[in-house]
Amino acid sequence: MIEAVGLTKRYGRTVAVDDLSFTARPGVVTGFLGPNGAGKSTAMRLVLGLDRSDTGFVLIDGRRFGELRRPLRVIGGLLDATWVHPHRTARDHLRWLARAADMPRTRVDEVLDLVGLTKVARSPAGDFSLGMAQRLGIAAALVGDPSVLLFDEPVNGLDPQGIAWIRKLMRTMADNGRTVLVSSHLLAEMAQTADELIVIGRGRLIAQCPTAQFISEATESSVRVRTAQVERLQTALVHKGATVRHEPGALVVTGLDAAQIGELAAAHGVVLHELSPRRGSLEEAYLHHTGDAADHQAG
Amino acid sequence: MTLLAVERIKLFSTRAPVWCVATALALTIGATAGLVWLNARHSDGVSPESTQTLYILGLAVTMVMATLSVTTEYRFGTIKATFQAVPSRTRALLAKATVLALVAGFVGEISSFGSWGVARLITGSPHTDIATADEWREIAGMGLVYAVAAVLAVAVGALLRQSAAAVAILLLFPLLVEQLVEIVPGVGERLHDWMPFVAASQFAGTVDPTLPYGPWGGLAYFAAVAAVLLVAALVVVEKRDA
Repeated sequence: MIEAVGLTKRYGRTVAVDDLSFTARPGVVTGFLGPNGAGKSTAMRLVLGLDRSDTGFVLIDGRRFGELRRPLRVIGGLLDATWVHPHRTARDHLRWLARAADMPRTRVDEVLDLVGLTKVARSPAGDFSLGMAQRLGIAAALVGDPSVLLFDEPVNGLDPQGIAWIRKLMRTMADNGRTVLVSSHLLAEMAQTADELIVIGRGRLIAQCPTAQFISEATESSVRVRTAQVERLQTALVHKGATVRHEPGALVVTGLDAAQIGELAAAHGVVLHELSPRRGSLEEAYLHHTGDAADHQAG
Repeated sequence: MTLLAVERIKLFSTRAPVWCVATALALTIGATAGLVWLNARHSDGVSPESTQTLYILGLAVTMVMATLSVTTEYRFGTIKATFQAVPSRTRALLAKATVLALVAGFVGEISSFGSWGVARLITGSPHTDIATADEWREIAGMGLVYAVAAVLAVAVGALLRQSAAAVAILLLFPLLVEQLVEIVPGVGERLHDWMPFVAASQFAGTVDPTLPYGPWGGLAYFAAVAAVLLVAALVVVEKRDA
């Protein structure tokens, strides 16, 4: 469980995080969503106690970071996979972390195996590709077997296999009752990974809700219809109170569902070539919610 | 104890410290051997204290090792991994200072006894045997000087966070700045008397009767300077963003 309350962080005159409060619950994957520069990484550094907040505080399983006797046993974070000494081997890097967490030596081999780095355990971390470094960072986060996990853009630099792997890992961790907070500026990634969303823009909270709710609240479902008898169908639809928008070669109908449109078309003797319901996307929802809160358009 | 073990693993899992220790010892003992060998042809013996005159060479390298143990953590970001793994930054830095002080103390002892040992071998003269309490202090006490210097170097590294800046200051200060201070008109000599490494050499070398403190006073003053820097480093490290 992560509870952030009223976090504010300024760097000089820039307000990176502005009165931000959110909660990440155990048992679910919480997505931390926002465009680049929205303050996600800053907020995560505040959670881990790396940066000092100007106001507000964070509770990790009910305690402040400084009150944790062995922090790695409670919260594991991967903020930047390059935070390793390039001449230290992967094994040695995990060895000192395991020692700090008071974990047995065998834990190092366990996490190396878990992230698939056993074969390169004795290679210097500086020789690793970005994907391997990312796996080492995840191993480091897991070394203390913590109940809270924090990943900042973990799929960066991973190949599709790696992305699928980390998604599954986060799912397993959440299913085991852990708190998983994962940030991304990639909306599609979040839609597939996160059960809940914390959406921020310009350092402020925009929404916190289940992913499905976030999408359905912000975007209406529509139905794409193709027919040769456009005029006739459109008149019938508008008469029924639906809204009709034109797309090249098709109509996009909102306000009626696919079944209603099909029956209406049959009643008016209109032949349909296509009748496909469309669900709102996270992209649409995000743009709808953030509006001008986006410094840069999210990719 | 846990944090000491953590810092020990970190220190010895990269090659730089091993090279620094080897260089410190080779430099001091090697140069002393050369000096003694040259001297031995002109005089019939070398006193124990004159085998320690080059201690500053190994001390400088040891301080480089100590300060790099902090600055490389900032350079590569592992300091953030460290702060994520420990409950308090103060304790992490104190553990690092302790480990470096122990290692440096060990290097200081090997260096001083090694320098004396090669001199004794080269001269083969009983004149080089350690006899007086002062001679014992200069040789056996070298570990203390190295240990204090390591703490000072850790503090400087934590304050500056930059390898180049920290190394430059730690080398230039004892080797150059403290000597140049003397030429400041009026106060130069008084200032020189209170330079930390001047105080250290009052303990590690022949006692200079013109200084306002004795050998143990010199060591205490040197340790006080290191302590002040360490406290400053702890305050700054606790406050600023990692």
